[in-house]
Amino acid sequence: MFKSAATLTGHTMVEWMPCHVRVYELTSVAGTLARIVSQCRITMQARAFSAPRGVVAQRARAAPRAPTHNARGSLHVVASAKKKELFMWEGLREAIDEEMERDPTVCVMGEDVGHYGGSYKCTLGLYKKYGDMRVLDTPICENGFMGMGVGAAMTGLRPIVEGMNMGFLLLAFNQISNNCGMLHYTSGGQYKTPLVIRGPGGVGRQLGAEHSQRLESYFQSIPGVQLVAVSTPRNAKALLKAAIRSDNPIIFFEHVLLYNLKGEVGDRDEVQSLERAEVVRQGTDISIFTYSRMRYVVMQAVAELEKQGYNPEVIDLISLKPFDMETISQSVRKTRKVLIVEECMKTGGIGASLSAVISESLFNELDHEVVRLSSQDVPTAYAYELEAATIVQSSQVVEAVQKTCGARAVATA
Amino acid sequence: MQVAQKMAVPQRRVVASRPARASLKVKAVAAVQKPSSSKAPASLTPEVAKDLYYDMVLGREFEEMCAQMYYRGKMFGFVHLYSGQEAVSTGVIRALRPDDYVCSTYRDHVHALSKGVTAREVMAELFGKKTGCCRGQGGSMHIFSSKANFLGGYAFIGEGIPVGLGAAFQSKYKKDVLGIESYDSVTCSFFGDGTCNVGQFYESLNMAALYKLPHIFVVENNKWAIGMNHPRATASTMGDDEPMIYKKGPAFGMPGVLVDGMDVLKVREVALEAIARARRGDGPTLIECETYRFRGHSLADPDELRSKEEKAHYAARDPIPRLRQQMIEWGLATEADIKALEKRVADEVEDCVKFADESPKPDKGQLLENVFADPRGFGIAPNGQYRYELPGFSSGTAAVS
Repeated sequence: MFKSAATLTGHTMVEWMPCHVRVYELTSVAGTLARIVSQCRITMQARAFSAPRGVVAQRARAAPRAPTHNARGSLHVVASAKKKELFMWEGLREAIDEEMERDPTVCVMGEDVGHYGGSYKCTLGLYKKYGDMRVLDTPICENGFMGMGVGAAMTGLRPIVEGMNMGFLLLAFNQISNNCGMLHYTSGGQYKTPLVIRGPGGVGRQLGAEHSQRLESYFQSIPGVQLVAVSTPRNAKALLKAAIRSDNPIIFFEHVLLYNLKGEVGDRDEVQSLERAEVVRQGTDISIFTYSRMRYVVMQAVAELEKQGYNPEVIDLISLKPFDMETISQSVRKTRKVLIVEECMKTGGIGASLSAVISESLFNELDHEVVRLSSQDVPTAYAYELEAATIVQSSQVVEAVQKTCGARAVATA
Repeated sequence: MQVAQKMAVPQRRVVASRPARASLKVKAVAAVQKPSSSKAPASLTPEVAKDLYYDMVLGREFEEMCAQMYYRGKMFGFVHLYSGQEAVSTGVIRALRPDDYVCSTYRDHVHALSKGVTAREVMAELFGKKTGCCRGQGGSMHIFSSKANFLGGYAFIGEGIPVGLGAAFQSKYKKDVLGIESYDSVTCSFFGDGTCNVGQFYESLNMAALYKLPHIFVVENNKWAIGMNHPRATASTMGDDEPMIYKKGPAFGMPGVLVDGMDVLKVREVALEAIARARRGDGPTLIECETYRFRGHSLADPDELRSKEEKAHYAARDPIPRLRQQMIEWGLATEADIKALEKRVADEVEDCVKFADESPKPDKGQLLENVFADPRGFGIAPNGQYRYELPGFSSGTAAVS
């Protein structure tokens, strides 16, 4: 049912069953957890890299833990006396809980966010603590409840509106574009719309074309909104807290396959800048810009590339709009080569915008044209092989780096 | 010959009474409607009556001035005038409190005036000046005023209704969640007959009833959606010869009432009851007002499809002369009082045009100012500063990507 990728240097990359499987199979939350726990291998361990810029409150960093291999079929949790490790969905839930506690105007709206706990458990049990109005189960009317969220935001509340799948928010495009994005402007600054619009997107495991959409490219042109894509439990929690506190409307992209990713999360004071990128790996050969789940595909490729003697720099964009031009331009000036690895389609994607910006503003810093690896411009097929052929695989990343950087001598590391 | 129109007087309860809409075969009429022989409603004091009259006349004169200004090249784009429908705006909005909310559509000038947005602010906005309520950034279809709790004009029909619902949700939230017991503001959303075929209308009806929100749906059924006559766009409700929008209320769990939208006192009576209902916490109401716009859909509409007879029929039901007659007859105002009110309106309209004319245009630096409430949303520049911190950013030509 799942395949594990090649073992990296001490880290095992896993592919996780999406949370929604429980819809078909289980009746109890406890049962869900038990099943996922019994079937998941250890998740990617958070690497202790240099602190991402913009983290407001930073914890003291311990030395990286020795990697462990897990027994087949059992969840082997590497317990840490000091640090808290949570699934990403737990981190998101904690962010929502903490912010709702902190500010009574913060509320949640969406389908099945209340009694069901959220289809990816991000609001599990919160309705018991905060009541049915603060964790509002809406009928199935995306445009309607998105607009209701806008009106509530204009009049003083801070709603978090969940799309059960980001794709469903296509139905709310009217409200997101016209009202969410534009109202602060057309009202001459009189009304603001501090919404967080969040939900899972991206290609899952054979979920079919309509449940596998990448809406970051569709939403990116809307003036007046910010786009953020999370990738680790830590940045997911810290960014969601920042997004909830922001006075701007934030479209907050989570990924279906990352909810069971386990990692460290910060405490209740840790918020992360919504406008800054994360340097995942320092390097010199090439700048690889990526976001969301593709970060892990890139890091998988990097393991292979390191063996071949390459030294790539990997940057997780985090902020899909606006781009963090400081981090981006510093990296490009250093490496002089750019590879963009993204899950959205090539046409009009985030990579298309980034490529244009880099070509325009950093043209003389480049030794090679900007290379983009994006999804094919096809609807995502159901069949596994076709689905895999639609999105970027790590082998393609390796190949692209080899072509861009040229051959290397034997690895020195 | 007098208008042969039988108007059923609405009952005291919030129950539909149906004007004889189907019989529009009268010829053009010159005489004004015969004054009603009934007494003034008890709640109608001279102050209230004068306020209603002033508001309707202001709405009418303002809109007529807009037409003049448009043809003189002072305002541009799509301008949708409200002339003829004043009884709805005045009848509903003047029954609200300042802390209540109104959400409108592109035909929003008069709703804004009734709610308390000054004529100066609206006219300056229409002229695209920076003294306009939205700094010239909204225009005719996007009048907003947070001071007056006017939640906006909206260009796409239907998209304002959920926003109004959100304000009602906030009102209930303040009471039930934040525990502000005295908080009982209500929201009215205005929209037309064409909007009653938009999905968001139905989505909003459902949620308003489901959550028992203090929200009032006011349908201004002027029978025409640009060139689409209402029965051509909407199926008849079962058992009726034509579509009855108010009947859709009960289907969604709220009372629906039909009222003569050319009679401000009848609209006000129905509105007062719906507002009281919402404030008590009993939930939403759907009010269908049968009304008419004397002008075309917008100033660009040649208005060739509507018959002369139909226009004359409604011209004879003009709400302003009707109220005038009633005030005189019931002793609520003298001719002199009324003249004084009309003069005040004329002065106000003249003043707002002068103000708008003399106001400065927006500076280029205004271009980027209100895109984000938090300007960090423009991102980080290559030198590490947030873009909005860079010198020259406010000149409106700074790069933003």
